[in-house]
Amino acid sequence: MIEAILAGAVRGGSSILFAALGETVSEKAGVINLSTEGSMLVGALSAYAVAVETGNAWMGVLAGAAAGATLAALFAAMVVWRGANQLATGIVVLFLALGVTALLGRDYVGVGVEGFDRWAVPLLSDIPFVGTILFDQDPLTYLALLAAPAVWFLLNRTRPGLLVRAAGERGEVLFAAGHSPRLVRFSAVAFGGMLAGIGGAQLSIALALNWSENMVAGRGFVAVALVIFAGWNPIGALVGALFFGGVESLQLQLQAQGVSLPADLLNALPYLATLAVLVVLSRRRLHAAPEGLSRVFEISR
Amino acid sequence: MPHMRRTRTLAALVAALSIALVAAGCGDDEESGAASTAAAGSGEKTKVGFIYVGPKDDFGYNQAAYEGSEAAAANLPDIELLQAESVPEDAGAERVMERMISQGAKVLFPTSYGYLKYAQAVAAKHPDVVVVHQGGLEAEPKQPNFGTYFGTVYEPVYLAGIAAGKATTSNKLGYIVAFPIPQTLANVNAFELGAKSVNPEATTTVVFTASWCDPGKQAQAATALISGGADVLTQHQDCTKTIIETAERAGASTVGYHYDASSLAPEGWLTGSEWSWGPMYTDIITAALDGTFEGSQYDGDYRVGLQTGDNPFVQSAFGPSVTDETKAAIETAKAGLAEKGIFTGPLTDQDGKEVVPAGTTLTYDEVEQMNFLVEGVVGNIPK
Repeated sequence: MIEAILAGAVRGGSSILFAALGETVSEKAGVINLSTEGSMLVGALSAYAVAVETGNAWMGVLAGAAAGATLAALFAAMVVWRGANQLATGIVVLFLALGVTALLGRDYVGVGVEGFDRWAVPLLSDIPFVGTILFDQDPLTYLALLAAPAVWFLLNRTRPGLLVRAAGERGEVLFAAGHSPRLVRFSAVAFGGMLAGIGGAQLSIALALNWSENMVAGRGFVAVALVIFAGWNPIGALVGALFFGGVESLQLQLQAQGVSLPADLLNALPYLATLAVLVVLSRRRLHAAPEGLSRVFEISR
Repeated sequence: MPHMRRTRTLAALVAALSIALVAAGCGDDEESGAASTAAAGSGEKTKVGFIYVGPKDDFGYNQAAYEGSEAAAANLPDIELLQAESVPEDAGAERVMERMISQGAKVLFPTSYGYLKYAQAVAAKHPDVVVVHQGGLEAEPKQPNFGTYFGTVYEPVYLAGIAAGKATTSNKLGYIVAFPIPQTLANVNAFELGAKSVNPEATTTVVFTASWCDPGKQAQAATALISGGADVLTQHQDCTKTIIETAERAGASTVGYHYDASSLAPEGWLTGSEWSWGPMYTDIITAALDGTFEGSQYDGDYRVGLQTGDNPFVQSAFGPSVTDETKAAIETAKAGLAEKGIFTGPLTDQDGKEVVPAGTTLTYDEVEQMNFLVEGVVGNIPK
């Protein structure tokens, strides 16, 4: 049973992990993107539609990534260049995505898709316990697990990563060094949207093999919360996504095992647990926040 | 500054695009009604309007109602259909109904639960139009040109439970449900009672997802049930594809709900339950056009099951693995249901407490208040 719970945690957490990594990059550059949920939605639909039309799941992933990046770029254009309020714009862009995907997605409701199957890694999947949990998953889940250290490396050990962090901490310094903080922020947000779009693709063409209206169902918002939980650290995002996925998987397993706890409480458990951790960690985590984020809450500049 | 102007133009473009997209999203509901009504031109035919809350091709509730309307039109060549899909359950529904009446509609079928209030308002304003609501209960004051109707969903679910009880080898059945409400609990109980009638060892484990359609969670719930030993899965969800395909891939059997999804599970499909509205719609329209609606069984709250007539909620076709013996058992049970309801005592709940005493059968109204899970169901509901 523990094996099943943990395997479910990895499978269910990977869409959230993609989105949380994307949001980490965005916030490192000083922009809170509340339309991460929207990027996941357009990613889920685009991936599904393209996978249906081309019969190729990887083409679907590319389409999902492109759609997620495009929506985030729309958001970033308004926020970074026009100075629109980040939080309000994020919410509005999300509702735009909800409406547009519900409308355009109608033709794909109930349509069959050749998505990703589970693919067991040779040899590694034979390892007892760990093999089932980590090495008998869909390809996008492997990609998510690899993306966490990759994003950490990108942010902390590469020049583009340095620019992103500088944009989030002190845009003026970046400007003085001859770079455009706006361009860096715009790129970081679009990159984040791309990752969220891949997360949406994992949901529609790897986990559920289905498209339905509003199918992301709040996972994008959970991802935004996990970024704080993770202290803006991609490895922390990995831990957070697995934690959330784990509690969700645990509660479904508990129901399936007939544990005598009310189902309503169990369904609320992943959110309650995330909230609890956030409250406990928040004081310590705030030091880790990019300085630019504090400016989001100022009335004007 | 030219740069400034360029970004401003960009922002204006983006804003215009967003407004256009949002407007397209909102306008669509109303247009679909108008678009399909413009199609036929003959003035001789009597118009009958159907209003749906979702798309007419959702492989579920709305598609079933839409297909029922088409079947009625095929039976009654003198009528012309006015169709409006994806109409929200608000004052917009009233406007759609008013427009259909102004286009000449004499009978209206608002087919979603949330239309009830608006349907009654429209019926009060237009005494010459018959309005029948699908699934609701008529509120005071009663109107002679208004009625509600519905089938008995748990009867075919009970019959499908027999197929599941016969098919299982682990004696564990899994039921994925959205929320614990009387209608879903009645289905779960009927399924377990059906299974137990042929296999006393069979238990049904319920997982509540707290959502009518969250495919990601459905996949996880199905996997959890299968890893817990369940080898037959069924569901009470709005979108059914993910669970059926997850079960099929894991080699488990499936019992469907809402529509015939046997194409999604060529191996594991056992049977299911689906709506077949055509005959009842035909009957209601005929009564309305003959002027015999007032005082008929449809003028009021009409509920029908195997005990009182032809249930519009019927059993789906059998899958390849269902044996002739099982089919015969289901036929016998179906004949029995016309005599004796499913929820006939003695029935005990999960705690072993008697909920229906021997010799008593719950009426259709009492079933709509159901708040317990019968013995043999594994799962928890708020007490």
